[in-house]
Amino acid sequence: MVGSDRRTGFSRRRQAGVFLGYVLAVAGVVVGAALLILSTFNPPLFSALRMSVATATTPVASGVSGVGQAIMSVPRAIGTYFFVHSENARLKRELAASRALLTRARTINYDNRRLRALLQVRDRAEAPVLTARLVASTASSTRRFALLNAGRFHGVRPGMPVRGPDGLVGRVVETGPNAARVLLVVDPASVVPVRRTRDGLPAIVAGRGDGAVDIRSVNTTEVQFGRGDLFVTSGTGGIYPPGIPVARVVAAGRDTVLGRTVAVPDTFDFALVERAFMPLPPPPPPLAIAPPTQ
Amino acid sequence: MSDHLDFRPFAEPLPPTRARALPWITVMIGSVLQSVPAIATLPLFPPLGLLMLLTWRLLARFSLRPWAAAPLGLFDDLVSGQPLGSAVLLWSSCFLVIEVIEQRVRDRNFWQDWLIAAALVAGVLAAGRLFASPLTAPLAPVLALQIGVSVLCFPLAARLVARVDRRRTRGQF
Repeated sequence: MVGSDRRTGFSRRRQAGVFLGYVLAVAGVVVGAALLILSTFNPPLFSALRMSVATATTPVASGVSGVGQAIMSVPRAIGTYFFVHSENARLKRELAASRALLTRARTINYDNRRLRALLQVRDRAEAPVLTARLVASTASSTRRFALLNAGRFHGVRPGMPVRGPDGLVGRVVETGPNAARVLLVVDPASVVPVRRTRDGLPAIVAGRGDGAVDIRSVNTTEVQFGRGDLFVTSGTGGIYPPGIPVARVVAAGRDTVLGRTVAVPDTFDFALVERAFMPLPPPPPPLAIAPPTQ
Repeated sequence: MSDHLDFRPFAEPLPPTRARALPWITVMIGSVLQSVPAIATLPLFPPLGLLMLLTWRLLARFSLRPWAAAPLGLFDDLVSGQPLGSAVLLWSSCFLVIEVIEQRVRDRNFWQDWLIAAALVAGVLAAGRLFASPLTAPLAPVLALQIGVSVLCFPLAARLVARVDRRRTRGQF
């Protein structure tokens, strides 16, 4: 039996070696506890270490995820052939329904532009910083981080919002030279201020960690959420630009309801990194130090 | 176990550094594989680094030094998304727990190894969830599923470790 050989005999050297091993093992526990306390109270403390590992793993993950997507696209392409007829009928119905809506939207859009011009409102429409791909994620931890295959060299900075083709994905929390960590909207620590598209009702979308989100009303009055209500970012807080779709209500209810994010992060193929809506002002220039009076 | 059949006492053994490095490398590969090249919305993936570590410790006791859990845990923390220090603390505690069990139970069979690994994996995942996420997050069902998946992965890890270990003792790496 392997486990039974724990005798050290009379060799002082061997006894000391075994003893030192145990001391180091206990020291590991103590150091671990200290590190854990440090990183709980100051999460970005070890980001440089984390990002230097990510710098090495991201190129590999990009390659592997590219191959994986190519392989996954084959069954998807075959699968789409089966329901062509029913899908065609459905799309025709949708098109007919949306034609009237589109005409109305065009009219409203024109009115909107005209009225905005009258009011002299200046819109902030900033070009995205870059387009990249999310290539890996923390699949075994309860935290929901994803790895973006672009980093500081490409202009990505912490705090920048990341969106997919159809909705908000999350925001950048740490950057390395060629990689960035993105806190997904479904992470239990993520909170996004939103408003309801229908009436502008303010709410927040908070991640639950199990793939869904909680949609909570901000003012504590009895607020009724209907199934399918869409929530877009409100721009409050200054990180996320307003108007990005975030989540949709799954089950109707009051005050706090279950929602699903609009962007499903495991299906989209690219991610847009945008500038923070109202970034922190640049640090003031260093004060000129008066020469010592002597 | 047919190890004794191909027992070659005069074969060239593996150089000690490489024989020492192999368990470390397999555990680190397990840790890296956790950040799968797909965007998971649920934490269902088994903690492969931890599984490899426990399997090495349980099946081939002297392959890893008693203090090896801490540096391997540090590497795991850097890639896993947990707050740094979580795996350092929990993996080192796992080694100590196994050490205590080994002093009580002299001989173990595979099922007992599996039981020990299952208990430790469940404990580490539950504690890791407490460290990482706020208590209000409704993660219990997902966590139970993840623990189940991880426990079922232990025999696979055991096969893999046994294979690597046999080749290692034969000097085939």
